[in-house]
Parts: sequence; C-alpha cells; structure tokens
Amino acid sequence: MERRIIDQQLDILRDKILLLGGATEAAVQRGMQSLVERDSELARQVLEEDEVIDQMELEIDRLTIEILALQQPAAHDLRFVISVSKITPILERIADHAGSIADAALVLNNEPPIREKYVDFPIMAQTAADMLRSALDAFTNEDAALSREIIERDQIIDDAYRRIFGELLEMMIDDPSLTTGAAHLLFVAKHLERIGDYVKDICELNVYLREAAFIKHTMFR
Amino acid sequence: MDSKISISDLDFFYGKVQALHGISLEIPEREVIAFIGPSGCGKSTFLRTLNRMNDTIPTASVKGTVLIDGANIYAPGTDVAALRRKVGMVFQKSNPFPKSIFDNVAYGIRINQIHNGKSDLSDRVETALRDSALWDEVKDRLNASAFGLSGGQQQRLCIARALAVQPEVILMDEPASALDPIATQKIEELVVELKSEYTIVIVTHNMQQAARVSDRTAFFMLGKLVEFNPTQKMFQNPDEKMTEDYITGRFG
Repeated sequence: MERRIIDQQLDILRDKILLLGGATEAAVQRGMQSLVERDSELARQVLEEDEVIDQMELEIDRLTIEILALQQPAAHDLRFVISVSKITPILERIADHAGSIADAALVLNNEPPIREKYVDFPIMAQTAADMLRSALDAFTNEDAALSREIIERDQIIDDAYRRIFGELLEMMIDDPSLTTGAAHLLFVAKHLERIGDYVKDICELNVYLREAAFIKHTMFR
Repeated sequence: MDSKISISDLDFFYGKVQALHGISLEIPEREVIAFIGPSGCGKSTFLRTLNRMNDTIPTASVKGTVLIDGANIYAPGTDVAALRRKVGMVFQKSNPFPKSIFDNVAYGIRINQIHNGKSDLSDRVETALRDSALWDEVKDRLNASAFGLSGGQQQRLCIARALAVQPEVILMDEPASALDPIATQKIEELVVELKSEYTIVIVTHNMQQAARVSDRTAFFMLGKLVEFNPTQKMFQNPDEKMTEDYITGRFG
C-alpha cells in the first residue's frame, strides 16, 4: 500500500512518544537508584533531565495538534493520535514523580540510613518499574490483553503501599530520631503508588487504541 | 428503527453490465444518510434507483425491491411522477429553469395543482424559500432571473424547488461539490436543519462532509455495499478493513 502524507507524521509521532516513554522509564529507575544507593549526584541528574522530558511533551503536543488540524485522521489513525495526546502528559507526570523521588533522595542521603528490614519497598519500586515498561510495550504492540493484565497488577502496589504506610508509622513511633527519614520515605511510597495509578491510565488508553472501547471509570474491563 | 426506505437484494444493470450487486439497506426516517465510495462505485446509480430516475436510461434494468413506506416503487402501475414529488432530487450541478426565482419554485406547485389560489401560491413559494435559507437573499427580487444568483444560491433555489412540492425524502447527489467553502457550509447547515422534517440521502466524495452532516454512512465499492453504520462509528472504528482503508486515504 502506498504511503500517505500522514504516515510520515504518524511515524515521527510514534518515535517521539517511544523516546518519551524511554526517558520516563529511565527517570523512574534512576530516581529509585539514587535513593537506594544513596547517590546524590545521580539524583541531581534525574532532576536536570526532567526539563528535557518537559520539552519532549511540548513537541508531542505541537505535533498531535498539527496532525489533527491538517490531516483529519480517521479510525485507527485518529485513535492513535488521541491516545498519544493523552498518554504524553501521563508520562510527563510519572517523570515528575520520579523527580520527587530524587528530591527525597537528596534529603535522605543526608540522614542516617534506614535499615532495609522492610521488604515492601523494593516490591513496590520493582513492580512500578516493570508495570511501566510492560505498559509501553503494550502500547507499541497494541496489546489490549497485556494492558488489562497490567491493570490488575496495580493491586500489588496498592497493597504494598498500605503495608509500608503502617510500617513507617510504627518506625516513627518506636524511634523518633528516624522521623524525618521515615516521613520522606512515606512520600516516596506515595509517589510510587501514584506511578502505579498512572500506568493503569496508560493501559486503559492502550485498550482504547486497540478496541475503540473506553474502559476508564468502569467496573467492566 | 422505522425504515422510510427498505432496499432488498437490489441488482442494477446498464444493458448487460451489472452496476449494483445485491444491495440491501434500511434507511430510517428523518435522518441524514451519506453514501461514500470511490468514483464509479455505484453510489449515484444507487441514489437514482430510489426515485426511479434511472428509468430515463433506456438500457437500465432493476431486480430486487425498493419499498418506500412499505410500497414497492418498482411495482407495475406505480405513479412515477408522484414518486418523484415525494422523493425529490438535487443534483451536483444546479439546474434552475430559465425563469424567475419565483417561477422556479412555483413551477412544481402549479403543475401539480397543490395550491389554492394566487395568495396561497405566494405563501408556499415563500415557505419553500425560507426552508432552504434563501428567502432573505431573494425576497426583494423574486421576479429576477434565477441565472442572476450565485452558484450556492442557485443550489439552494433547487432545494427550494424540491421542497415546494412537499416531498418526504430528499436525494442529493454531491450537492456542494461545485461550491466554494462558504456556500458549502450553508448547504451543510441546511441539510442538518432539514432532517427534522425530511429523510435525506446525500452522495458525497468529501468524507469530512459525510462525517459532519450525516447520522449514518454507507460505503460502496465496485457496486457492492461494504458497510453501513452510524457515522460516528464509521469514522472512529469501522467494522470492515476496506472501509478503514478508504476513509484513511489508503486508496481512493
């Protein structure tokens, strides 16, 4: 089949959102790494790179509007452009949360290390990172089944968050000298929990792209 | 869904050449239906079967049924003139009569003796011109020649002429394709207004027009009906790959 004028623009858009997805994944992974490995230099890099991500969002915004205005996409092309325009700010917000984790690392790296007797934190962090990677794969492959499965996985993050919340509160009560550190870790846990929610939003859009069905805000997925 | 027009297994031939193959379609009342498809796909031929305009072609023949309000319009003894009043037609190239604006609209009323006297005739002409959104532009020059109107105005005059004989269905064969964007917009707005009173079928090669004005869209290809669905589904998520390929410009 011949290439249309719009195909080149859609390819560019696809490349840009995959780049943005990759940058977001890296921000989440490196943000957590800067915390776990107490690497403040890495944390600062994550914060600087967030500006690059913001610029990528603006470029994608401009291109999606141009395609809608000039090419009048229909059917799958339309669903693709709409999905990209909705996924883009979600990725940018995930990156913001990764930046906030890096911010917390900068504070926590100056506090005494909190002993890693809590297993839920690594579970949360790993699950969130894996979910994001899988969601982006599902977007690329338009895999609605995988997207639905990822949505279910968010329960793991939500359960871990509830446990961590309780554990950190206990920690603060048992040893008030750890309160600053524990409070920041609470926020880190919240950021990870929000990342999980945002990944669910991406998966709902993946289903829309593939099936033209809106599963957001419904019980029936 | 109440069907105004029911078409079943319609085949159409120009001599030995089959132009339409087994078309079946239900057209609901008071909706706008768009027919789309590449050039030569049979959409205009099919449109003309709905008021037997193809009868004017000597080699044309039809098999299958077209029911309008339950009556088969191809049954022997059908009053074809009455059919064409009930199912009016507007063409791509506007064709006003070489008469005044008033007489263009009055012509059909007079020969069908729909009116009661001169004053009633004037009222009916005014109503038709108002309903086709032309009255304000011509009310002070009703005796002027129709040829003095712009292309867009002539087309609205042709619509008024069709409305004057009190149709129930209006067929439009690419009514705006010869018009500039502003005139096109006026025709489209008129179509959307008219559907509260009339069933409208519009053939168009402009997909955005079909998307803007119609409630349902039928896609034709090589004389066959490929898909018929609500317009918002056709342009967001059509059932058939061929439909998707056509509306996204992968062929045409």
